Amino acid sequence: MDVSRRGFLKISGAVLAASGLGVSLKPVSAYAQPLKIKYAKETTTICPYCSVGCSIIVSTRQGKVVNTEGDPDSPINKGSLCSKGGSIYQMAVNENRLGKPLYREPYGTEWKEVDWEWAFEKIAENIKNSRDASFKVTNEKGELVNRTEGIASVGSAAMDLEECFTYQKFLRSLGLVYIEHQARI
Amino acid sequence: MTNHWVDFRNADVILIMGSNPASNHPVSFKWIQEAVDKRGARILCVDPRFTQSAAKAHVYAPIRSGTDIAFLGGMIKYIIDNNLYFDEYVKNYTNASFLVNPAFKLPGDNNGVFSGLEGAKYNKDTWTYQTGKDGVILKDATLQDPNCVFQLLKKQYSRYDVELVSKITGTPKDKLLEVYKEYASTGRPDRAGVELYAMGWTQHTVGTQNIRTMCIIQLLLGNIGIAGGGVAAMRGESNVQGSTDHGLLFHIWPGYLGTPTASLPTLKAYNEKRTPKTAEKNSLNWWKNFPKYSASFLRSMFGLNASLEEAYAMMPKLDDGMNCSWLQIFNEMYKGKFTGFFAWGMNPACSGAHSNKVRAALGKLDWMVNVNLFDNETGSFWRGPGMDPKKIKTEVFMLPCASSIEKEGSLANSGRLQQWRYKAVNPPGVALPDGDIMSEIFFKVKELYAKQPGAFKDPIMKLTWPYGKKTVAGHFHYDPRMVAAEINGFFLEDKKVEIPNKKGEFKEFKKGDLVPTFAWLQDDGSTSSGCWIYSGSVSDKGILPMRRGLKDPTGIGLYPEWAWSWPVNRRIIYNGASVDPNGKPWDPKRAVISWDGTKWVGDVPDGAGDPGSGRPPFIMKPDGVASLFGPGLADGPFPEHYEPLECPVEKNLMSPQKSNPVIKRFDKPGVGSDMDVYSGVGSCDPRYPFICSTYRVSEHWQTGVLTRWCPWLAEMQPGMFVEMSVELAREKGIMNGDKVIVKSPRGQVECTAIVTPRFKPFNIDGNTIHEVGIPWHFGWITTKDRKYQPGDKKAEVFTFGDAANLLTPTIGDANTMIPESKAFMVNVIKK
Repeated sequence: MDVSRRGFLKISGAVLAASGLGVSLKPVSAYAQPLKIKYAKETTTICPYCSVGCSIIVSTRQGKVVNTEGDPDSPINKGSLCSKGGSIYQMAVNENRLGKPLYREPYGTEWKEVDWEWAFEKIAENIKNSRDASFKVTNEKGELVNRTEGIASVGSAAMDLEECFTYQKFLRSLGLVYIEHQARI
Repeated sequence: MTNHWVDFRNADVILIMGSNPASNHPVSFKWIQEAVDKRGARILCVDPRFTQSAAKAHVYAPIRSGTDIAFLGGMIKYIIDNNLYFDEYVKNYTNASFLVNPAFKLPGDNNGVFSGLEGAKYNKDTWTYQTGKDGVILKDATLQDPNCVFQLLKKQYSRYDVELVSKITGTPKDKLLEVYKEYASTGRPDRAGVELYAMGWTQHTVGTQNIRTMCIIQLLLGNIGIAGGGVAAMRGESNVQGSTDHGLLFHIWPGYLGTPTASLPTLKAYNEKRTPKTAEKNSLNWWKNFPKYSASFLRSMFGLNASLEEAYAMMPKLDDGMNCSWLQIFNEMYKGKFTGFFAWGMNPACSGAHSNKVRAALGKLDWMVNVNLFDNETGSFWRGPGMDPKKIKTEVFMLPCASSIEKEGSLANSGRLQQWRYKAVNPPGVALPDGDIMSEIFFKVKELYAKQPGAFKDPIMKLTWPYGKKTVAGHFHYDPRMVAAEINGFFLEDKKVEIPNKKGEFKEFKKGDLVPTFAWLQDDGSTSSGCWIYSGSVSDKGILPMRRGLKDPTGIGLYPEWAWSWPVNRRIIYNGASVDPNGKPWDPKRAVISWDGTKWVGDVPDGAGDPGSGRPPFIMKPDGVASLFGPGLADGPFPEHYEPLECPVEKNLMSPQKSNPVIKRFDKPGVGSDMDVYSGVGSCDPRYPFICSTYRVSEHWQTGVLTRWCPWLAEMQPGMFVEMSVELAREKGIMNGDKVIVKSPRGQVECTAIVTPRFKPFNIDGNTIHEVGIPWHFGWITTKDRKYQPGDKKAEVFTFGDAANLLTPTIGDANTMIPESKAFMVNVIKK
């Protein structure tokens, strides 16, 4: 019988309750725990959804996520998670994740899989063309502005802090001023 | 957030207004419930709909969307009329005693607007203080002078009597008084009240002023800086605090340094303009350090590859008054201004107000880069509903990135807590972390500029990027730990520095040493720091956001060794206001900081000088005190009730001015586009008779760009619905579960009707007004009936319906330009 940890506890609890024995569940839980995450490697993460900052333990075995659960050590969530936080297992174990760069040509009707190298080169060429065509050294008043007016960016609160810093650095080096993200909406 | 999530447990009264934490920040309710269970705290919930939070509240008061200032203005009147304000706090820690220019006029004496309105903009010449010859602001410590801030505040809200407020808001009078009475009970030193808000307050044309009104209440009641108090901005994304801190907005560089404008040609001119000055002799005026932070930021961009003045010159500048905010971007895009566009970790085709305009705008581009975990309505816009791919020129790159458990890095929650997360597994396929992707693109751009002629190459060629290395496979591996150190900051040369607060004592640093905190940053280019408020997050002890210590020495749940909080690991900001001018905690049972005879203990003190030093505690304000009178905003130094742009009433019952006079109207010639239409602006539009508000459910996040692809979540909340009252459903012949069309002048969405007593019709000045609500998590990409091509990803559990934002208008708050998605007009038609 394939019983999940939670299912096992439920069954055990029901048996104990029915038998009327005043036995603590603790040894049962100590026995049950290794079943799913035995020999698994644990790392901690912070939930990517709302801004509470709940801590989550991710258990992996042979490079695959086998379990995610609330981190009881966190003083913020003390092991609790909501429906979204409880589902982050499915963000990693999900056949619908994009695994390859996709390209849609002008007036094209479908996606084509492309290599990173090809995509990076083509994007860089586009950036340079747009930048060179729209770069303004001075404004109408003759004041120094050094900005690229033909490219805009939105994003992203979904990135890590370090990436946010690096991304603004990248954009401002290109001369962008149309820089926005989720904080404005 | 001034305080932090765990601190909710220290409150006596919790006002939930402009948010629904039980659904949208569910784990926060652990601490709200603990306050109820352990302290007998009371929950007050004010919302147009009886939400899950309302179900847990002791008092629920319904309110018509967009009338929060009227509701709260009435509370200000109640507090002042009944002498329930915290007198000593108000006198010492706010600008209540400041004397205002006698020429300043309140809306009650000036046809509903403040003095100085010129067209759609205020001339603020009268929004000033009276000063003496020495430049010091004139004050009346007794608060009796008719021109003092306190008397003006009293006069402004004397118009907000409970009868009138009830007519405007639709809140029954007894419910208004119940909320006022319970919340005002926190004006005593031994009581604490906290307010929890989210997008229910920001997404209005008066969004900033909604929050200002509550800040005024919290200051009157002495609730800022104390445990269990504060104003809690509960943000919608896990790192939207961090991304804002790091300047991913047009108007700020990292650390809230205003983006330079063209009229400031030199770093010297920029610093002079942006560094506030004060003549108040005891004020610390922390922003006097601005030049240290701007210099250190410029160093984090270009290192020693350019002088500070050269670095400043290379940075892009705005024209004076130029606005490049979200609504403006899509407006300009629709008009063809941009050839290129990055939608990085975003889905504007569903998240942007007036999504039909956004989707049309994407078709005007030459190219777009969309970085995401899943296929989405933005990357695939060209094959969306009503689109003919053969007519859309936009070249699109959809790049797969790593999820949060497939890379490492940190993020900042709403409580300003920076926590580290670790890589658990590799991303799927050849997907890469965002940091790797942007590095590779940057290097390719730099390579092109090195080889070919092009526009102003210097900023690209001189930019530093020491954030990783090439792997054996030739691919660049971005290392967030190196960036964390860059954000913290370094000494760039050997330097002897005077110890902050210890005149004449020095400490020596070597080139490459980490900067201990921002107090050590320099304005001469000898230090770098990517974001000064994060300075102190990395030290010789390592990356402090990785810490997992569980000590709680104060017993009030600060957990100072769990991760790291900006600024300087302070958990409750403005905590200098939690003690009296002699340094004694207002409430010793809930002390945030206290003086042990020689030093402060507890939280990292904020603005607290030695006890009795006379230093006012709000050190980020030039005059050192909090602003009841706030002349910095675009739409008035006090909040005033204005109707939402699209509204169900003919007149503003408060004044002759119907809507916020300084909002940017996109329906005016030369401003917006042919697609920008509104309803019910001048007069009610019978075609769109119902108020509509957007909101969230627990099971989805944002546009559902991630959660719609997770089958557990999609099963629980499978599609678009519209929630409406039993009364409205009866009027329209709609049954629970019927398919209906919700329509605005900008678009329509098919929904399942949820007929529920959670909405009740409002009685607005004798008229019955209905409000409906819709979630904004849906989009066509995960639906069953769209066209699928071979190779397309197909959701395991399909969802139903398209984006709520197909209905919302292009109109924004007067200060922030955040769209008004919480109050607009629609019709509901049975299908």
